[in-house]
Amino acid sequence: MEVAVFLLFAALVLVSALVVVLHRNPIYAVMSLVVTLVSIAVLFVLLGAPFLAAIQVLVYTGAIVVLFLFVIMLLNVSGDGSTAFGLQKIVAAGAAVGFSTLLLVLFWGRFEGLPLPPLEEADVALRPLARALLGTYLLPFEMVGLLLLAAVTAATVLARRADREKT
Amino acid sequence: MTVPIFWYLAVAAALFGIGTLGVLIRRSAIMAFLSIELMLNAVNLSIVAFARSLGERTGDLAAVLDGHVLVLMVIAVAAAEAAIGLALFIAVYRRRRTIDLNRLNLMRW
Amino acid sequence: MSFDLLATLAKTALWMALLLQVTPIMVWVERRGSAMIQDRLGPNRVGPFGLFQSLADAVKFLCKEDITPVEADKFMHGLAPVLALIPALTTFVVIPFGPDVTVLGHRVPLVVAGAETGVLLLLALASLGVYSLVMAGYSSNNKYSMLGAVRASAQLISYELALTLAVLAVLMPVGSFELNEVVRYQQGSFFGLLPRWNVIPQFIGFLVFVVAAFAETNRLPFDLPEAESELVAGYHTEYSSMKFALFFMGEYMGMATLSCLAATLYLGGWHLPGLSYSGPWWWVAAQGMGVLVAKATLFLFFFVWVRWTFPRFRFDQLMRLGWKVLLPLSILNLIAVAALTVAGVL
Repeated sequence: MEVAVFLLFAALVLVSALVVVLHRNPIYAVMSLVVTLVSIAVLFVLLGAPFLAAIQVLVYTGAIVVLFLFVIMLLNVSGDGSTAFGLQKIVAAGAAVGFSTLLLVLFWGRFEGLPLPPLEEADVALRPLARALLGTYLLPFEMVGLLLLAAVTAATVLARRADREKT
Repeated sequence: MTVPIFWYLAVAAALFGIGTLGVLIRRSAIMAFLSIELMLNAVNLSIVAFARSLGERTGDLAAVLDGHVLVLMVIAVAAAEAAIGLALFIAVYRRRRTIDLNRLNLMRW
Repeated sequence: MSFDLLATLAKTALWMALLLQVTPIMVWVERRGSAMIQDRLGPNRVGPFGLFQSLADAVKFLCKEDITPVEADKFMHGLAPVLALIPALTTFVVIPFGPDVTVLGHRVPLVVAGAETGVLLLLALASLGVYSLVMAGYSSNNKYSMLGAVRASAQLISYELALTLAVLAVLMPVGSFELNEVVRYQQGSFFGLLPRWNVIPQFIGFLVFVVAAFAETNRLPFDLPEAESELVAGYHTEYSSMKFALFFMGEYMGMATLSCLAATLYLGGWHLPGLSYSGPWWWVAAQGMGVLVAKATLFLFFFVWVRWTFPRFRFDQLMRLGWKVLLPLSILNLIAVAALTVAGVL
């Protein structure tokens, strides 16, 4: 059961990610990204992180990706056209495959054959996570809040139509 | 039967590779940015998998929680990054009428 | 097949059966209700009191020609109405409709998914609704649709903030995301007179929630995405036949789920003071579901009542209300509730 769910969503992650990267129409790419993110959320659940899964869907697909959609519609980035000329594409594909293989080899050497026992109730409890986030890691948590505030301010300043700008 | 940890890491590695490919071949800045999001998610996935594996081997719940908190931070920073990045694209588009990365060559010589 | 799986399937079937009734009944209530408010009769020919009008409407929908615009993106145009149903048909899973019961020696919680992430799951699934609107607007290849979709998505993500913060304030004194805990927290009474429902201490949060719920479901006075006088019909301008009906059903089911959520968060959910919730399991379940449905019906009628009473907002007014009134209000509410919780009052 668990293996079947994993295989299904792992395949979904990879296929939809390829569509994100290769599809010419930006709207399709973004919609495909939504599928990738939701599938990753399912993998989070399988790994015993239901809270992260919910946050992933809520924040990533519910907010960040909508922002992307907005900007795409606003700037009318229709039809990215041909992505790049031939040689560059081949080199890029080679680099990507090479890097992935490198990672795979590293992971294989270190983690191959390590089994994961089934999850227990205590593994997925929310209370310890809350204690960690608002106790041990209170300072980083607050700093992230500050960072978000700074980002909102910066984004507002950047995207605001400057009235006295000569165009 | 449960899924071994390596499988999750393999998915993460492949996803990171796909993201790299996207950054390298897409010309539109937004599309390159989308690919960066893919890479971030690959990293998140591997962090959660690492945390779970570490927690199982050491029997220490705190190790797992460290990983989860880290992922939360990454998601928050990704949100901040997306807001600023997209605002930058809008600003650039206003001036240059394009966000094609090949044509944004002011800094090139 | 294990007993748990069977129980889950049975609970899901029960919810589905109820949710699918919502649209026809609400269409009738809406038409007769609007007639009542406007001092006219409304549809009263088909069956007693026009009760079978919705049936006739359904037949009409099925028989109409399904038109896809020539220049439309066919794939997305077909996918969007189906996606519109996903949040409507998934969010109910975390809403409880009774205490745990014992069936044939097995303990069965009367909620489809008693996940610890509870409400968070509901909000996450509901936030996916925006994609169907954007898809519909984009794929129709029509300026009105596009404008409607952009407005809808801006409206949805703006009001989601206020809604989430209002929900958060409810969860804080409870200390859990689980809606069953929220219901348990609301049992008992204030001074032995009033039920201990959240609507009393958190009235501001309740107001914010209800207003945001109107915006989230695109109902008047916030139905800007489909403002007929400006945008023809907004994002579903180019939809006809069953595809249009799917958007319609999604909207009504979304209203129903939000009403159930509002009843659970603020009006004590399935619990009613005075009912004992004892006896055979099916009687307990029926009591719980009955109370929950009755409370949700209040909200649903309120939706209709407001729709035929208030004029539509302008888009800038809508945004101002969302960002400059509701969001600060919900943050203030959150801080006040946090202070009261720490002080041990709530």
